Amino acid sequence: MAGNQKNRLTSGGLIDRSASLNFRFDGKSFSGFQGDTLASALVASGVKLVGRSFKYHRPRGILTASSEEPNALVELRTGARREPNTKATTAELYEGLEAASQNRWPSLRHDVMSVNQLFAPIFVAGFYYKTFMWPAKFWEAIYEPAIRRAAGLGRAAGTADPDHYDKAWAHCDVLIAGSGPAGLAAALGAGRSGARVILCEEDFTAGGRLLSDGGMIDGLPAADWLSRTLAELAAMPDVRIMTRTTLFGVYDGGTYGAIERVNDHLPVPPEHQVRQRLWRIVAKRSIVAAGAIERPIVFAGNDTPGVMMASAMRTYVTRYAATPAKRVALFTNNEDGWRTVETALGAGLQIAAVVDARPDVSPAHRSLASKNGFTVLHGSVSGVDGGKDGVRKISVSLTGGARAEVEADGLAISGGWNPTVGLTSYHRGRPKWRDDIAAFVPDGAPPGMVAAGAANGAFGLGACLREGFEAGTMAARDTGRTGNAGSTPVADDEIFSLAPLWHVAGKGKAFVDQQHDVTASDIELAQREGFESVEHLKRYTTLGMATDQGKTSNVAGLAIMAAVSGRTIPETGTTIYRPPYVPVAIGAFAGHHRDETFHATRLTPSHHWAAEQGAIFVDTGLWKRAQWYPRAGEKDWLESVTREVKAVRSGVGFCDVSTLGKIDVHGPDAGAFLDRVYINTFSSLAVGKARYGLMLREDGIVYDDGTTSRLAEDHYFLTATTAKAGLVMQHLEFCRQVLFPELDVQLTSVSDQWAQFSIAGPKTRDLLKEIVDPAEDLSNEGFPFMGAREVALRGGIRARLFRISFSGEMAFEISVPARYGEAMARNLMLAGRQFGVTPYGTEALGVMRIEKGHIAGPELSGTTTAADLGLGKMMSTKKDFIGRVMAGREALVAPDRQVVVGIKATDKARRLRSGAHIIPKGQTPGPGNDQGYITSVCFSPTLDQWIGLALVQRGRERIGEIVHAHDPLRGEDYDVELCNPVFYDPDGGRQRG
Amino acid sequence: MRITCPFCGERELGEFTYLGDAKPVRPVAGASEGEVFDYVYLRDNIAGVMSENWYHGGGCRAWLKVTRNTLTHEISAVEPAAGVGAAKVGA
Repeated sequence: MAGNQKNRLTSGGLIDRSASLNFRFDGKSFSGFQGDTLASALVASGVKLVGRSFKYHRPRGILTASSEEPNALVELRTGARREPNTKATTAELYEGLEAASQNRWPSLRHDVMSVNQLFAPIFVAGFYYKTFMWPAKFWEAIYEPAIRRAAGLGRAAGTADPDHYDKAWAHCDVLIAGSGPAGLAAALGAGRSGARVILCEEDFTAGGRLLSDGGMIDGLPAADWLSRTLAELAAMPDVRIMTRTTLFGVYDGGTYGAIERVNDHLPVPPEHQVRQRLWRIVAKRSIVAAGAIERPIVFAGNDTPGVMMASAMRTYVTRYAATPAKRVALFTNNEDGWRTVETALGAGLQIAAVVDARPDVSPAHRSLASKNGFTVLHGSVSGVDGGKDGVRKISVSLTGGARAEVEADGLAISGGWNPTVGLTSYHRGRPKWRDDIAAFVPDGAPPGMVAAGAANGAFGLGACLREGFEAGTMAARDTGRTGNAGSTPVADDEIFSLAPLWHVAGKGKAFVDQQHDVTASDIELAQREGFESVEHLKRYTTLGMATDQGKTSNVAGLAIMAAVSGRTIPETGTTIYRPPYVPVAIGAFAGHHRDETFHATRLTPSHHWAAEQGAIFVDTGLWKRAQWYPRAGEKDWLESVTREVKAVRSGVGFCDVSTLGKIDVHGPDAGAFLDRVYINTFSSLAVGKARYGLMLREDGIVYDDGTTSRLAEDHYFLTATTAKAGLVMQHLEFCRQVLFPELDVQLTSVSDQWAQFSIAGPKTRDLLKEIVDPAEDLSNEGFPFMGAREVALRGGIRARLFRISFSGEMAFEISVPARYGEAMARNLMLAGRQFGVTPYGTEALGVMRIEKGHIAGPELSGTTTAADLGLGKMMSTKKDFIGRVMAGREALVAPDRQVVVGIKATDKARRLRSGAHIIPKGQTPGPGNDQGYITSVCFSPTLDQWIGLALVQRGRERIGEIVHAHDPLRGEDYDVELCNPVFYDPDGGRQRG
Repeated sequence: MRITCPFCGERELGEFTYLGDAKPVRPVAGASEGEVFDYVYLRDNIAGVMSENWYHGGGCRAWLKVTRNTLTHEISAVEPAAGVGAAKVGA
């Protein structure tokens, strides 16, 4: 067995001594047992020094045994799985675990940066603002990088996380946070009543403080009651106990966030399993039984390794059978701290002394002291003599002024308990102060939530059980579950006695926030400098802003502020509580939404066929579209695209355009409806005809365009652009449902129902004749340009055929039910072989639309009007439509607006690039003479040069003018000629032929 | 946040799209530029109870009028838009 568990008790504890686990810390081999945390295994192995502090690089040990730990943070695992700032107190031990201490160099024991302690005066509160003020440019170049190197925590892995994370939903009647006595009693009350219950426990074992503090419940030892209760709950089919799951946030409408560490306790998640799962839990009622956190007392040297919370010491001894010290001193201001004495004595440890800040202790404790030969000192610990090897000696200021020294190798401290008020305060709730327990307790909670037990300030075991049981039963009743809940578990309440004590004056640094190295004197300094408000205090000193969010430090910090500013603690108040309660990995929030599955992928109906053809795909929103189809021997995309364009213009080609938004518009008022959403008129469109339509936003700017066909008197088929497909549907539904409810019209999204192909080129009709039933008349007379109707295909399938052209060629678009989409592509190839049919992608589609001067996404930019696009004449003056009035505003009809115009380089060999600015020729480019920009460019195989479209001031009046294209991003300057945007077949003879 | 759609029941926020203040009414045809300008651009932004347009795009595609307290996110009423169903207003 590697390592020596010299501080392990020979019996007891919730560890499996038959399952020994080897692990490494800072490269050194150790061992522990199944059931250990990394912290408990280090305690058992006698390791006291586990890290260096954030600013001063002071040696630090283990302060707590739970998720509030500020000090014992390690880099867990190695390589891509290395996780910085992991709490050793919650990391479960597994075989082969590797951990490293943080923020030290070259080693934990010999840390060069501990020299920072000598410069401590410059690291006081607000030091960022004071010390590095001048010269300003030094901040980014020198100060910040240096500070970041010196002050910091662990290192991120720096490579992609190889593990998977999941997100899931859960629903229940009653959600319970915490499985201590209050949480379990709540689960019993709710579960027996018949409620659907989810109980989240962040620990890997249910039981909370019962696991460390024991007690008697219903006449049974706590451990027996615990196993009986867990068995009863396990038998209830609607009660689910989720261990390793932290409830971290409370959201609106009874929604809660929880993080389940599914496989963090294993070296690597099993195959096909996730590392962590983010739960969103919807609950009608919730019960916060999250317990309380024992709070430290602030005194000089309170961060020395070996100083530990009294309750944590009990946890290590009782639950893990690991002894943090051999000779323990206790510093307490309350009765509860004394339980550590009983635990330590029970484990055979020596008690050096008890320093009790209260005026008196009970006779029972006095007799315990005399029986076990230790002294009870009335006073406070004012200093610790020790270092990286731990505590050696403790200085005590006795009541009355005398001083004493106590030799001990461990110091347990207890300043009382702070109820965990985070969850109840996440909706900007402010906890209220209770003088009787000197602690903040919840003052109300988000709707549907109550706190019970220690989280509510009820510290006695009996009170926890009573409050939890009642809360569980009532929550179940509220959700209509009225089964017999039976009777509440019964236990005695411990005596509560506490004399508030936050800070003991003394020489040396007294730490409030150990993770951020904020001392009591930092708080006093902040007060002197005017940062009295708790929110200022927090930001000026960084109190409570570390990864532990000040779980052990916030209340002490504001108590010290209250004292130095002469206010009470409730007058001083608390900062705002915000989720998450514990750090949650970004990976968990992302879940499976990363890399290839970052978003859903939509495939066109002919996708698999296109992939077989070797198509290059481009992401268009969620879609994968074939961009071009390279052929053997082609040297680049331009060669392929040029071939595709030439093939279409000289023969026939086809392209999958199924990504268009498609909407069926039905009803007697369908035409009237379209008249209101388009700038042009559709009610007058003849059945069997298609028309290009343009939509505006209500502010007069162009929204979308597309072709809409009238297939029957009361049935139109509308298409929207790929990019706007979903938004146009939403917009049209808004118009229909909210703006024009009086119209009898219905909309059906059929985008996914139809596979649509554009077939273009002079041989289109020849190809179609091979596909379409011979009885259908496809002649120019029988199916003229802008005709649209249903046709039968050979084999009987019904298709929708539209004689529309984006390419400027003789062209049709054909729609078949999506399930025939792939077959259609294969049939077009087969039937078209004799005509040299060529599939073309979105690139060739784009080239042909620019050659034809058609506008698309780059011109529909959200800033252009119909007139800017050269479509002003389409705006009907005879009807109301969306955007009509605002489109008439002065600035939107101004004569010097930037309008669409064609451009070509004066040097025919020059490549154009979109984005270049248009400047009058001969002028020096600048914002004052910027007249527009190039929106779309392509190499035109037809014109054998690069051409483009641009938005240029008064562009249409300037055809023939030579202007300057200025492209500062790419460092290019050249001349272009403004020209008619329709480069190809301007009179449209080809598409009508 | 959860919204109880009158057609689909209680659903999660992610299924809905927010538009904004439901109070402004689109002016009738022939309204002045000033009236339309107010309709397009002027919105109340109340710290308190507001009537808002929400779209159940991840569900039934109904537009809903949601009465929501912008301070607490409490939703006190959800009504379908006037033209949601097959039965037309005034029909």
